[in-house]
Parts: sequence; structure tokens; C-alpha cells
Amino acid sequence: MNEYALIMRHEDGAKIASPEQIQEWMKQTMDWIGGIAAQGKFVSGTGLMFDDAKTVHGVSKMVTNGPFGEIKETIGGIITVRAESAEEAAEFAKGCPVLQGEGNTVEVRQIATHGKQE
Amino acid sequence: MDSQLVPHLFRTEYGKIVAVLVRRFGFDQVGLAEDIASETFLAALETWPYRGVPEQPVAWLYQVAKNKAKNAVMRLGRESELAEEFAVQDEIDLSDSGIRDGQLRMMFAVCHPAIAPEAQVGLALRILCGFGIEEIADAFLTNKETINKRLYRAKETLRKERIEAEFPGFEEVEARLVAVLATLYLLFSEGYYSDSHEEVLREDVCLEAMRLTELLLTDDRTNQPQTRALLALMCFHASRFAARRGSNGDMVLYDDQDRSRWNQELVARGAKLLQEASVGDQFSKYHLEAGIAFWHSTPEESTQKWESILMLHNQLLVLEYSPVAALNRTYALSKVKGATAAIEEAEKLKLENNRFYFALLGELYCEIDHKHARAHFERALALAKTEQDQRIIQHKIENLSL
Repeated sequence: MNEYALIMRHEDGAKIASPEQIQEWMKQTMDWIGGIAAQGKFVSGTGLMFDDAKTVHGVSKMVTNGPFGEIKETIGGIITVRAESAEEAAEFAKGCPVLQGEGNTVEVRQIATHGKQE
Repeated sequence: MDSQLVPHLFRTEYGKIVAVLVRRFGFDQVGLAEDIASETFLAALETWPYRGVPEQPVAWLYQVAKNKAKNAVMRLGRESELAEEFAVQDEIDLSDSGIRDGQLRMMFAVCHPAIAPEAQVGLALRILCGFGIEEIADAFLTNKETINKRLYRAKETLRKERIEAEFPGFEEVEARLVAVLATLYLLFSEGYYSDSHEEVLREDVCLEAMRLTELLLTDDRTNQPQTRALLALMCFHASRFAARRGSNGDMVLYDDQDRSRWNQELVARGAKLLQEASVGDQFSKYHLEAGIAFWHSTPEESTQKWESILMLHNQLLVLEYSPVAALNRTYALSKVKGATAAIEEAEKLKLENNRFYFALLGELYCEIDHKHARAHFERALALAKTEQDQRIIQHKIENLSL
């Protein structure tokens, strides 16, 4: 069994959601995570706050407000799951509520381990 | 003489006497302490039927226990360390505070991480709650030999590891309390979910777990939010004791229970404790499970009830996976999103050795497809271990239209 990071990307993180929308999203996200955890495949997860985010730029070390670079795409959250294969992890990703937004993506990446592979 | 008097006193006083003696003599003398406590009750059985029950039976027992302790020390010989100590301080402190302190210390010793969890539960039942070996064997659905061996090994560990019946230091309390609560939780669950038919015995196990948890609330060091959450959880479950006891001795399932028989006093107590548990930044699985049990204790069905139960199960599973929680989450999901959505999730659980898994799938298919429902109930039936379980599933199959 390997571990995979599911990285949620928002195409336009600058969009403002209403409190009701946020509430609904939270519920959907918890249901999604709960479904993975019910299979004993959830490892860890964390949301990433947009508020007070900063970006540090290369070479100049310039600090700007907001999580955005030149484009508005940004990461909304990361969870780690256990799966037999990248395909199984991608199946988990399909349930992610972030994908309801046009252009949003969930990237599936295997976590590098120092020890032997199972 | 009331034939129940001595067994009753045994249940309430045996553990106290042992705890106080161990507090005085140290854990390496737990065998001696148990012998003295047993002999004390033997003395009661030998004298009371003929001379009548003393006016204050408990005080009588304590006095006899003190005398026996004194004699036992003398028998060990004047040169023994114990006797030397005893010469300086010969009082066995059977006051309320002495007993309370003794039992708290004993709880921490019994729940020492060096002892296997099932042995902890056995030791707690024997030394702290005064259950007989046979009763413990009945509750665990096993035989006396197995329990005796398990207890013997646990006591050996206590002796070898030189575990002292002491309250852990302030820094250590929090980590050790986690183990104590885990054992009390297990103790309660043994009683609540045991397959044993001894209904009264099982409830007694639960009540003892509650009494010990209450004892933890009497000390500032152990009266923590998670302790309160655990007791809240127990109160909610215990409120359904009467309602789940069927007239034929069979268990009445949650959905079929007469809700007017839920004990509202215990529900209110649980709610108050849960509120008191929701302070500070301590958050435990007991909080989540107590929250779930709270919602289960509300007789009215509502969207909010099942949405809350679903959310709490989501959080619980993230904190700690267990097959039971996974199945219960799926049931809650069916109440919120309907059977079809729940079946889709249920089939991903793949708990193919679990009778509850197939029972749940059978239940969910009842609304959609009776042929599938029957197939799942039949797989559950094949996995059912007790006659009672088989009867319940058989009954479900008979109610299907196909």
C-alpha cells in the first residue's frame, strides 16, 4: 500500500464564496473525507487558508500578498490517502467537491518514502 | 438472613478492601490483599447465619479485614520488612478518603501500559469491581481457566515490572489517564456489546465502569474534559438498558425500541456532562462518540439528527478508523442521502468477514431490491455466531416479500 497526496487546485482562488456556500463545501468535503476514512484509507489532511497568505518570489525575495502568482490558480488543500495504485487514488480524487468548479483539478502524487517500497 | 446480602456486599466492598490493603502494603502483596479480603467474606458467611447480621455489616467487614491484615503481617515474621513498617504505622485506612485514594491508585496500576488491554479489563473486574472469576468468564464468553491464566499473567507483570500502586506524577497523569479511560471504555463496551446472555451481569459490568469513571471525576487531576465526555457517553448508552431488554430475553434493536422507556434522567445527566466536557482545547474520540450517542438519544427523527450523526462519524473516522464506525457512518449516510447512495459507499467498505456488514447491506437493499436484500441477509446469517443473532436475521429474511 502506498501513500498519495491529493492536491486540490482552484483555477480562480480569488473568487469570493458566500458563507452558505462555504458551509455547504465544508459539509461536502467532510463527507468526501469521511467516505475515504470509512475504508480505512485516510492518512491526514489539511485545509490551506486563503486569508493572510503570502507569496515569496524568487531571486528578489519579494513578498506579495495573496497565494497567487502571475495566474490566479492556487492550492486549496491537500489530503493524504493510502491506495494500492495511483489509479485507486485517482478514484478517491473523483469524489472531491472541488471538482464541481469548472477548471479546478485534483493532482494525484505518490508520497516519496525513504524506506523500502511495499 | 437475606441470601443476596453477602454477594451484594462482596461486589461493593471486596474491591475497596483490596485497594486499601494494596495501598498500605504495596503491589507486590496484591495476592496477600486478595486473600485477606476473601477470608474476611468467608468469616462473614461463617458467623452471620448463626449469630445474625451485625448492625453495621460494612464496619464489621472492615474491622475483620484490619485484624486479618495485622495477623498476616505477624505471620510473616518480625524480621520482615512489612512487619517493621507495620510496627511504626499499623492503621489500615478504611475511611472514605482512604478508599477513594486506594481505588484511584489501583486504577492507574491496573491500567499500566505493560499489561495487555484484555488483561487490564479482567483485572479491573476482579480487583476493582469484585466480580467472581466465573462471572468474568461468562461476560467474556470464555472459561474460568482462560480468565485465571490471564489474571495470573497480568499479576506477574505487575510484580516483575515493579509497578507501584501510586498516583503518577503530575506530568505523567495525562498520558496515563488516556490508558485508564481506554480501559474503562473497553470495560463498558464489554458489558454493553457482549454476546453473553447474562443480561443483569452485563448491565452490572457497565454500571461498574460508570462508577469507576465517576471516581475519576472526584479528583482534580483526573477530572478532565475527556473523562466527562466518556461518562456522558456511558450515560447515553445506559439510558437504553431497559428499552433494549426484550420480554423473551432477546435484544431489542434501536429502531424497534419503545422510546418512552429510555431513561430521561440519564440522558439529561449525559447532556450536562457533555456540556461540561466541551471546555478547553482537549478533544477526544469520547467527545465525538458522546455527541453521536446524544443524537441517538433524541426520540424525534429529524434531518438535523442524522446530518449531525453523519458529520460526527466523519470526524470520528478521520481521528481513528474502526469497522463499527465505518458501518455506522454508512447507516447515517443512508438516512441523509438515501439507500442508493449509501449502498454505493457500503460496497467500498469490503468488510467481508463482518456479519454486521452484510446485515447493513441487507437492510439498505430492503428499500430497493428484496432479492439482493435476501442474499446479503443470508451471508450475514452464515457469519452470525450466537443463536440470538441468527434469530434476528432469520426474522428479517422472513419479512421479505421474496
